[in-house]
Amino acid sequence: MATLTLSDATFDEEIRASSEAIIVDFWAEWCGPCRKIAPILDEIAEEHAGKVRVAKLNVDENPATGRRFQVLSIPTLLVFQDGEAKARVVGAKSKSQLETELAAFLQ
Amino acid sequence: MNQPMDQARNVVILGSGPAGLTAAIYTARANLAPLVLEGEPSSTTDQPGGQLMLTTEVENYPGFAEGIMGPELMATFRSQAARFGAELVTEKATRVDVSSRPFGIWVGDPEAAEPTYRASSVIVSTGARSIMLGLEAESRLLGRGLSTCATCDGFFHQGSDIAVVGGGDSALEEALFLTKFAATVTVIHRRNELRASKIMQERAFKNEKITFRWDTVVEDLEGDGALEGARLRNVKTGETARLTVSGMFIAIGHRPNTDLFRGILDMDDGGYLRTRPGSTFTNVEGVFAAGDVQDHTYRQAITAAGSGCMAAIDAERWLEAQGDAPGDLAETPTEW
Repeated sequence: MATLTLSDATFDEEIRASSEAIIVDFWAEWCGPCRKIAPILDEIAEEHAGKVRVAKLNVDENPATGRRFQVLSIPTLLVFQDGEAKARVVGAKSKSQLETELAAFLQ
Repeated sequence: MNQPMDQARNVVILGSGPAGLTAAIYTARANLAPLVLEGEPSSTTDQPGGQLMLTTEVENYPGFAEGIMGPELMATFRSQAARFGAELVTEKATRVDVSSRPFGIWVGDPEAAEPTYRASSVIVSTGARSIMLGLEAESRLLGRGLSTCATCDGFFHQGSDIAVVGGGDSALEEALFLTKFAATVTVIHRRNELRASKIMQERAFKNEKITFRWDTVVEDLEGDGALEGARLRNVKTGETARLTVSGMFIAIGHRPNTDLFRGILDMDDGGYLRTRPGSTFTNVEGVFAAGDVQDHTYRQAITAAGSGCMAAIDAERWLEAQGDAPGDLAETPTEW
């Protein structure tokens, strides 16, 4: 399924509505490490379709959601399941590291 | 089919900062079809593109009169290397074996029986990464106010009081960059003078948002969910003080990325690879070192690029001298 784009306005509703786990990628245009992991996340979403979805939240345009979850560094990934934040990954990682840290949601 | 290992590459380059990519440009132009193991994404300087990926404006790289953004400069290096046929893969070596030739390089599982790549020569340009403070609270607060990447995280500190730890060019560059967002920036430095270049010092001293805490070290960090403050100690008087900050950026120096080569290549006490003076030869024939991984003196993008060029030329001439006999037994290390 295609990558979701979230905003402060749609965040709660999209998270609540999803039956799959959602990996929310807090990112911004000016963040180099964010650009490095974006394609990796797309691959993960594709390879684990039906289990997880990937959603992007641009912190520059949507500062409120990041503040709510105390995101003070990007890239930060927050994984939501059943409407709740279940896991947090801070900083850019390789694909294999991400797969290890997110394993619980990919099976 | 269980295929035997690919034929050995002429040159495998480890790392893709200015040194590695310059070596790639030169070896590619020498028709050596280099393979570059660029490294893996991270939020530290140990990532494809190296230390410049976390900087903003680079003002001292010759050829860019108006300055250029660090990541943009590295993208330019990379496309120049690719243009001449260098093969670039976003992988990181996990093990190297230089005890016999061709050398073996592993990616992924270091215990695998066969190396991922074999190489007649290797250029080590794995660079250096930033040192952390070594405090227990660090891992808890990293990404929650504590940061290694000012360009990534400065944005989250609009109107806040924050601190930068360190006294070199990177520390002052970060401090100046962070004044775009923060209300105040306190530079905490363990000595009473800065290592940074004069021009950076002048800019920092002139900036009204920046103040300095001299002879001071960070003893501990406070805050659970997010950073709330730091306990500081004056190293001369022993006095302690509390500083309320919601952000802290660490720029206290670098450590060479040479863990892979411990016990394999000669290094000094700081872990920097030793090269034969005036060259990039390491103590193992066919292994060359370039850039910050072997330089604790200059550590500039331009000196790294320069030594990357030297490594390419050293490797090319060395390969030529080996003639068409790849797989020769390793010779005893050269004495010097």
